Amino acid sequence: MDPRPAIIGERFKDIKRLIAVAGGKGGIGKSMIASTLALILSDLGYSVGLLDLDFCGPSTHAILGIDGVYPEEDKGIVPPQVHGIKFLSIVYYAGDNPSPLRGIDISNAVIELLAITRWGSLDFLIVDMPPGIGDATLDTVRLIKGVEFLVITTPSKVALETVGKTLRILKEMSIPIIGVIENMKMAESSYVREQIRKIDVPFGGEIAFDRELEDSVGNAVRLLETDFAQNLKQIVLSTPAFKPQDGG
Amino acid sequence: MHEWALAEGVISTALEVAEREGLSEITAIKIKMGELQQIDLEIFELALREIRQSQMSMVTNATAELEKEAAVLKCRVCGREWAFGDAPLADEERESIHFLPEIAHTYITCPGCKSPDFQFVKGRGVWIDSIVGR
Repeated sequence: MDPRPAIIGERFKDIKRLIAVAGGKGGIGKSMIASTLALILSDLGYSVGLLDLDFCGPSTHAILGIDGVYPEEDKGIVPPQVHGIKFLSIVYYAGDNPSPLRGIDISNAVIELLAITRWGSLDFLIVDMPPGIGDATLDTVRLIKGVEFLVITTPSKVALETVGKTLRILKEMSIPIIGVIENMKMAESSYVREQIRKIDVPFGGEIAFDRELEDSVGNAVRLLETDFAQNLKQIVLSTPAFKPQDGG
Repeated sequence: MHEWALAEGVISTALEVAEREGLSEITAIKIKMGELQQIDLEIFELALREIRQSQMSMVTNATAELEKEAAVLKCRVCGREWAFGDAPLADEERESIHFLPEIAHTYITCPGCKSPDFQFVKGRGVWIDSIVGR
């Protein structure tokens, strides 16, 4: 018998809202949105954690410029607070090295981190998910009770095609979907919005493609000043799900 | 001391089993301690004892038997098996594996073909072998 799942609920009991940022494929801005969302919520005065579950391609530490910190040990591991955010990533243990993990290993690593990490009390825990509906997503849904999904797509029909499958699975499992954000929008079009509404999922808003965004990677202060972050902040302020008192 | 977190998992699991099986008392828990996770047995035993006694529950008087299990790795590419203890690792690499055993794939490769694509045949970490109650 695996002793770890029994303790996971206890680890999340003082977190008001658990938001997994997901999408159907890579390269659509999930990690950028997850990282910036955590910064925005922290800037608004909420207590926020950020968990990077993309073990094979972790990037939130690079986006936020997090380096040289390490979790403390206290009856488990306690994530360090950086830029006002409690941050946990596999990079603490793997460093700059690749982590070539198969599904069973990803699943075991997810369970381990969920079981031993002591987040304490938080208004929001943002979880950056790997692309698609693999082991990390299935374990998140299975083990983190009350998790809600914020799903990202781009105007690309390829991204929309893959995100449709993610949304279908989440709906079939009755997992709450906060909404779908259309990221990297380059031209006026209602195509994505209409497609999302057709499958009866809330459309969360759109974020214009920001040519300056890349220059802010690694600098949390500059990231918050970008048009991208301002767009995302408007979505946060106009979406009821981003109020911690609405949660458990 | 993340041994404490895993010990909490053992006790919580025992309590779940007791409830599911309609037991009024847990009398014994047998736990396998996989070598890969490099758990400090003294700390783990202390944590188990303190958590049991702090709860005053049906698990308070249970005995805990810990059995060490050597870690064996097997290459998925060439089929070679080897012992974790044979892997040349720096202290910080061992410590990372202690926190997250799957990190072994980051620091260990097959001694035969150098592939990082291997499986843990046995001895990954903490595993409950049996729970006895009445």
